[in-house]
Amino acid sequence: MKQRYVYVLAALLTMVGLSVFFYKWQVLGFPVKEDQESPVWTIESAVSFESGPGSIKVQLHVPTLTPGFRMLNENSVSRGYGFSLNYGSGGREAQWAIRRADGDQKIYYRLSVYEDANVDESDTTPPFPPRPVINEPMNTAVEVLVDDVREHSADTASFTTELLRRMNDSSPDPNVELLLAGVSSQSEFVERATMLLAAARIPARSVHGFPLSGRQRNAELVTWLEVHDGDRWLYFNPATGEENLPDRFFVWWRGNEPLVNVEGGSKVQVDFSIQQNFLDAIDIAETQAAAQGASAFDFSLYSLPIRTQAVYSVLLMIPIGALVMVIMRNMVGIDAFGTFMPVLIALAFRETKLLWGVILFTLLVTLGLTIRFLLDRLRLLLVPRLSAVLIVVVVLMLFISLTSHRLGLDSGLSVALFPMVIIAMTIERMSVVWEERGPADAIRAGLGSLVVAVAAYIFMGLKWLEHLVFTFPELLLIILAVVLLAGRYTGYRLTELRRFKELIKS
Amino acid sequence: MFANVRKLRDLGVLGLNERNAEFIMRLNPRHFYPRVDDKALTKQLALAAGMAVPDLYGIISHQADVKKFASMVADQTSFVVKPAQGSGGDGILVITGRSERKRDAFRLSSGLLISEDEIQHHISNIVGGQYSLSGARDAALIEYCVRFDPTFAAVSYQGVPDIRVVVYRGYPAMAMVRLPTRESDGKANLHQGAVGAGVCLATGKTLTGVHHNEIVDDHPDTGALVSGIEIPEWDFILESSARGYEVTGLGYLGVDMVIDNHLGPLILEMNARPGLNIQIANATGLSSRISRIEQIYAAGAAPAERAAASRREFQS
Repeated sequence: MKQRYVYVLAALLTMVGLSVFFYKWQVLGFPVKEDQESPVWTIESAVSFESGPGSIKVQLHVPTLTPGFRMLNENSVSRGYGFSLNYGSGGREAQWAIRRADGDQKIYYRLSVYEDANVDESDTTPPFPPRPVINEPMNTAVEVLVDDVREHSADTASFTTELLRRMNDSSPDPNVELLLAGVSSQSEFVERATMLLAAARIPARSVHGFPLSGRQRNAELVTWLEVHDGDRWLYFNPATGEENLPDRFFVWWRGNEPLVNVEGGSKVQVDFSIQQNFLDAIDIAETQAAAQGASAFDFSLYSLPIRTQAVYSVLLMIPIGALVMVIMRNMVGIDAFGTFMPVLIALAFRETKLLWGVILFTLLVTLGLTIRFLLDRLRLLLVPRLSAVLIVVVVLMLFISLTSHRLGLDSGLSVALFPMVIIAMTIERMSVVWEERGPADAIRAGLGSLVVAVAAYIFMGLKWLEHLVFTFPELLLIILAVVLLAGRYTGYRLTELRRFKELIKS
Repeated sequence: MFANVRKLRDLGVLGLNERNAEFIMRLNPRHFYPRVDDKALTKQLALAAGMAVPDLYGIISHQADVKKFASMVADQTSFVVKPAQGSGGDGILVITGRSERKRDAFRLSSGLLISEDEIQHHISNIVGGQYSLSGARDAALIEYCVRFDPTFAAVSYQGVPDIRVVVYRGYPAMAMVRLPTRESDGKANLHQGAVGAGVCLATGKTLTGVHHNEIVDDHPDTGALVSGIEIPEWDFILESSARGYEVTGLGYLGVDMVIDNHLGPLILEMNARPGLNIQIANATGLSSRISRIEQIYAAGAAPAERAAASRREFQS
């Protein structure tokens, strides 16, 4: 009956632990690996112009829908300007305004984005565009071209490809030549293409942005053609007609409107610069959680002050050490002094490092034990004797530190990190066992403690485990479940197989 | 390895984890522990139940009383000093006589001399809690030193051999004789190097011995054959240990008895966590015996009836 409660409780704890873990991992994007860094791009647009005599109003298109990227933050730097973000027909627009300004002006708008394949273009299906009103003789040229292209294509995608192929032909037919007259830039070229597609009642628009790669100054805006096939938006390379999008293409704005519009200024220029840095995945998760209003972060250890975080990153490893203890004692069956002494020694090993830890621990216990035997002759009462051993341990630690410092072995200084009370109690108990049950038992239990401490140290020192437990403290519930189950483990201990070997033989 | 585990399971061998989880925790309620952990209380309860125990000369439970030790033993030439709440036979001092030349020097069971001063220091340690399970303050018992029966003289090296009976829900489940060796310093504790010999519950005759988990036929010091010794008053021993269940209320109990030359079997102490080496000495698993007892268990059976049932059931 009680057995079943334990199983139910363990299953419950595991379920809660795992579900919180999966939620934080999959939904909030907490990193399961340490030092997991995601590239973050900071894109800065600088609008510079010469101010006129009157009031100034600057309108700049800024990113709205950014397929493949998620926005981390955005801000604007402008001296004395009023700033607002509005939704215009082509997406979001940043607007700066000032009553009067003198000389050259520069306004910055900056945003940081990171890659997230889950972000889709959540755009609405556009209506069929109205047939553009075009004057003759252009109108006839458009009609002839559209009809001709339609005959050589099967659907929206192939229509677009065929149209772009003809527009890019090195020896274009006269109709195309007529239609492309006066086109000087890529964006004007794409604008013409959208006009021709509109004539065929196909929704299309130009998209402007950059392929993000490393660090770029004066990044060149690239214009791509976006065509809706009734289900979704398709992207076409206007220069080749291929249906694709450059790697890491970041969409800045859509439509045919100019990027920037400055009222009351002249010599307007917009420069883009792109900077790539790497940000801890945990910071990104934090920002994202805050944006989603998830409270998981309010209760995350990362919200604590850094100093407290450092303490907890060590403290949270103690359950791991306790689990190792449980396995070593109840499943392997190693004798050790004290229940948690090996875990505390393992904590000290973290600071001293393993080799020095073992050397110093052995040295300290051996010396302490020798002096304890000398003290025994004085026939002291228990509590004063324990206190005497404690004082001797402190003096020994001091002695070891000073000696090793003299010898230039600075690792010896770390002896001060050993929990002296625990060491004193270990010495006392070891000496009692030594007297009562003989040196063999005492040394065996002493070595057992050391073996368990080393095992605990190895597991408590696993960096990935430390990160995992620190980022997902709910995993401790799973450790608790395992410990509860181990508490009902009634199988043999590994050492019992040796103990009962005579029975196995018979 | 797994084949070995299966073999142990088939033999019905009880492991430490199973003993702790299934028997000690289930059958031994915590609040009854003082009845066995505090030997002064055990003695009192056993006397009240009409069982035979060694005479108590005195109890020292305060540091100030340590000086009274000499007057307590003034009339005795032999006695035992033991912590009331000790475990595993730790902290027990067996004094077998006094030095002929010096009145305040005592002779230990090992033959060495020990001064009154040293004994008083030892008592101080006991009272301070050095040997108590929890490390808390304790009391020192000074009691009759058993003059042991010659039955086991050939297979003991000094000290007092004792008989351990594991009692499950009032039914004797398994028994062994624990024989001191030179290595165990006269103590009858297996983990200190004493030899354990299994006992056939039906006949009261010893079986093979176990020494440090190894099966032995001879006593390592005296060389005498361990098996085939007939234990006197076996009926009384089994019945007394069965009665231990009523006295302590513990369902999984170890009863330790000694046979005195004049007084016969005496209850020395009882144990709420009896060890598992008794299985090696008997070449049988405790689990299989326990499941048999569950089958024949009769609520309300008298100790004598239960002892008789065990004698009937467990032939080897």
